[in-house]
Amino acid sequence: MKGTHRILLWGVLGIALIFYALPVYVMVINGLKDATSVSLATMWTLPGKLSSGGFAEAWAMLSPNMRNSLVMVIPAALLSSLVGALNGYVFSKWRFRGSEVLFALLLFGFFIPYQAILLPLVRFLQWINLYGTIPGLVLTHVVYGISVTTLIFRNFYINVPNSIVEAATVDGAGVMQTFRKVMLPLSLPAFAVTLIFQFTNIWNDFLFGITVVPNPQSQPITIALNNLSGSFSVDWNVVMAGAVVAALPTALIYLGLGRLFVRGLVSGAVKA
Amino acid sequence: MPTAAVRLWASRHKALIILVPSLLLTAIFVYGFIGTSFFFSLTNWRTLAVDLSLRDPIWQTYADMMAMPRFQADLRNTVVFTVLFIALAIALGLFLAILLDRQFKGRSFFRSAFLFPYALSFIVTGVVWRWIFNPETGINLFFDMLGINRGLEALGMDPLSPGWTTDPEVILSINQALAALWPGGASFQIEWGIPVALIPVAIAATWQLSGFVMAMYLGGLASIEASVRDAARIDGAGEWRTYRSVIIPMLTPITISTAIILLHVSLKIFDLVFAMSGVGPGFATDVPAIFVFEMMFTAARYNLGTAASIVMLAASCLVIVPYLIHTFKSRE
Repeated sequence: MKGTHRILLWGVLGIALIFYALPVYVMVINGLKDATSVSLATMWTLPGKLSSGGFAEAWAMLSPNMRNSLVMVIPAALLSSLVGALNGYVFSKWRFRGSEVLFALLLFGFFIPYQAILLPLVRFLQWINLYGTIPGLVLTHVVYGISVTTLIFRNFYINVPNSIVEAATVDGAGVMQTFRKVMLPLSLPAFAVTLIFQFTNIWNDFLFGITVVPNPQSQPITIALNNLSGSFSVDWNVVMAGAVVAALPTALIYLGLGRLFVRGLVSGAVKA
Repeated sequence: MPTAAVRLWASRHKALIILVPSLLLTAIFVYGFIGTSFFFSLTNWRTLAVDLSLRDPIWQTYADMMAMPRFQADLRNTVVFTVLFIALAIALGLFLAILLDRQFKGRSFFRSAFLFPYALSFIVTGVVWRWIFNPETGINLFFDMLGINRGLEALGMDPLSPGWTTDPEVILSINQALAALWPGGASFQIEWGIPVALIPVAIAATWQLSGFVMAMYLGGLASIEASVRDAARIDGAGEWRTYRSVIIPMLTPITISTAIILLHVSLKIFDLVFAMSGVGPGFATDVPAIFVFEMMFTAARYNLGTAASIVMLAASCLVIVPYLIHTFKSRE
């Protein structure tokens, strides 16, 4: 590429970068100001002296909710990935008459606005005594994650040659044995993609968190951050630091495992 | 010892059993609950006390809802937000993808930076953009810092200080045109136009999802073979011309999938608006999802809340069902 051409390209991309970096800049620099120097008029200015006060206060307020989020997201992501792997295996390697229709009916669950199931869900969770609890949220996320995890694994397993499964069957391996001995060892990349996809989705969820768990002590971090932001008694530097804290887990996953992240979002984007 | 055929037959049934829990859960949690919501929307249940008697006439809740100025505003806002957001996100995402569709130093850095917001939650996005568009700080500070306001004042004009999400104004209203078209057009209680307050919300949503659009297009661009570009070049087409006449038309399937995914996001948008602007002045930024949430969880108007949620579902189905059918048909 010619020099002038490249500089022009960098210039345009640099302008775009300002747009994308702006909110991150606002979050970080204002989070690092102390309560006395954070003001509306100086939003764009760098802190005169760095202060960890905002982060310390945000962490004190949000760490219980951070813990709730972790207790929710880890089992939910693991369980829904495992269920997706089993379903994807059957839908790709044990097709039967009508299996495509069943798959489409399952996939439909990924596309509904969850508002349309919200009230019955809440009543149901109250009925089985899981309303207001993290296990209730785990159940919710696993159930509504079935469709997308099944989709990702099905698309992955379709590229595994059928002959491998047939060979195992001829050797006398049962359905589950073939899954455990043949498919699972091949599935590591699909598990990585699905786990990241589900971790991000579930961590970032707001609707289920706020409706299934009304008690602020038990709520996931996204709801706690929103409460923090709406509270007039909390300083602005604390809110910005809180936003960084709430964003950190998924941001770190993205920065560390970006390639798998992109694969997940492309599979989640349904190339059914 | 059973023959291979018998074993295979037994295996097929075992394979089916694996699906049973998921199918059962989906039958209850998706289809059963949708049916239940629909049923609730036909009942008299509009206080904390459960009342499952059917309304008379049975559709009355839907009629009441459609007559509510707030719900009319929600429908208007959904249309306006959808158009603004999809146009902005696709234009920006495609533009960035085309810029990144070449080898140069820093390519992967820019790509990662543009996709980064997609990893964050809508709440984080809403909380931060709410401050960027706060009329007393944020963007408005630039109008002073860059001397724009001083210049305007020198010219005898008012300084720029947009209210952003607090602005109740609705521009480009088409109410008069509607009234001229048919008599019922005059009876709307809301302004049919573009609520100014929605524009910042669409910008924040674009910030979050244009990187995703870019990633979709980059995937599509990578699958276009070099021979296509070479052929266009031999025909004498410049780079811009090659994109406009050859490559962008080839990306149409990606544009359609992406638009459908974004449409699906915008029809059910909730967290971002909830955190960034709430219902807004005169419901200028209210959306059906917030309406549903408030009717169900603060106002206890359960039949109204479920009715609105069924309208949301129907709108999503209008988009998604043809798309799914098309995807499955084209595969067979």
